[in-house]
Amino acid sequence: MKRNKITRSLFALLLLCFAGAWQGCSDKSSAAGDLPILGERQVVQREADGRQVTDTVYHTIPDFAFINQDSQVVTSLTVQDKVYVTDFFFTTCPTICPKMKSQMLRVYEAFKDEPQLVLLSHTIDPKHDTVAVLRDYADRLQVSSDKWHFVTGEKDSIYSIAMQYMVTALEDEQEPGGFVHSGAFVLVDQNRHVRGIYDGTDPAQVDKLIQDIPALLPKKNKKKDAN
Amino acid sequence: MAAGIAALLTLTQCFTDKQNEGERLYTQYCANCHMDDGSGLRNLIPPLAGADYLVNHRDELACIIQHGQTGNIVVNGKNYNQGMPAFEHLNKGQITNILNYVQTNFGNSNPRFTIPEVEKQLFDCRHLLEQ
Ligand code: HEC
Repeated sequence: MKRNKITRSLFALLLLCFAGAWQGCSDKSSAAGDLPILGERQVVQREADGRQVTDTVYHTIPDFAFINQDSQVVTSLTVQDKVYVTDFFFTTCPTICPKMKSQMLRVYEAFKDEPQLVLLSHTIDPKHDTVAVLRDYADRLQVSSDKWHFVTGEKDSIYSIAMQYMVTALEDEQEPGGFVHSGAFVLVDQNRHVRGIYDGTDPAQVDKLIQDIPALLPKKNKKKDAN
Repeated sequence: MAAGIAALLTLTQCFTDKQNEGERLYTQYCANCHMDDGSGLRNLIPPLAGADYLVNHRDELACIIQHGQTGNIVVNGKNYNQGMPAFEHLNKGQITNILNYVQTNFGNSNPRFTIPEVEKQLFDCRHLLEQ
C-alpha cells in the first residue's frame, strides 16, 4: 500500500519532469523562429511546368523613400537584408512618445553591436519635425544614425506607409498634440514581412520583442562557417 | 453608531485618497515624459529624481506645471530644451499634491509645499493665463 503510493508519486514526478522537458523544448523552438507573418495574405494559382501550383503571397511593405536626421535618403534599400523595428511618433508629442522612446532605447542598447538590426522612427508631424529638429532629437537621445533613423517625408507617404505597417496614425485636432497614433513597435524581417506588433509603452511587451528579434537574425555560427 | 463608523470610514477614505492624489496625477499627467521613476529621458526630458532644479527654482515650480515651460534650462549641469506642455486645468490643490509627490519620491527629500505657497506662486504668474 505504502509502496504503491510512492511509485505513484514517483510516476507523477516523472510526468512532471517530462512536461518540463517538453516545455523547454517548445520554448527553444519558438526562439528558433516561428514568428508568424502578419497581415493579409493571398493564395495565388499559377502554372508551372504545365501543372497548377498554389503560392501564398504574404503582405509585404512596399518600397519607400524618406529622409533621416543626417539628411540622408532612407529607402527600402537601406533596410535590405536587415531586420528592423519601426514606430511612428512626433517630437512635440505630449503623451506616450517619450515612454515609447525610452523603450526603443532598450532595443537599441540590446542590439547595439548587431549590424543586421536597425531602427526606423517616422515622424507623423513632418511640418514641424524637419531634418534639423530630428537631428537635435536624435542627438539628445545620444543615438547613432547608422542604427536608428529618424525619418521625415511627404505627409501622405508617411500616413500611407503607417497603414502598411498596420499602425494607426491620424491627424486630429481634438487629440492632445493634434495627432492620434498608436504606440506600436513593428518588427519587420529581411523580406519586409511584418513578423510582430508590440505595445511600445509596455516594458513586458518590449521584453518579448527583444527576445523575438534574434529568431529573425542570421545564426551566428552559420555565419562563421561561411567565412 | 453605524453612522459614526460610516462617517469615519468615508473620512479616512477621503484622507487616503488625497494622499494618493499626487501619485495618481503624476502617473496620469507627468510619467509619460518624466517616467515612473522620475528619471527623464537622456538629454531630451530632464529628470525629477535628484534634480537640483527642484531646489534652485522652487519658487517657479507651480507655474511650470500650470503654464508649461519652453527655452533652454539646466538641470544637474545638463542642458534641456524641449518644451513642456501647460496643465491649465489643474487646480492649486492638485498642483500642491503633485509637487509634494515629486518632492518626496524618487529619492528626493525636499521640503513639502502648502496650498497657500502654491497659490502665491500661481498668483505671481497669472498673467501667463491671459495671453
Ligand atoms: C510632454 C512631456 C512632458 C510632460 C507631460 C511633463 N513634462 Fe515636465 N518637462 C518636460 C520638459 C521637456 C522639460 C524641460 C523644459 C525646457 O526645456 O524648458 C520639463 C521640465 C520640468 C520641470 C523643471 C525641470 C526639472 O527637471 O526639475 C519640472 C519640475 C517638471 N517638468 C515637472 C513636471 C510635472 C510635475 C509634470 C506633470 C504635471 C510634467 N512635468 C509633465 C516635459 C514634460
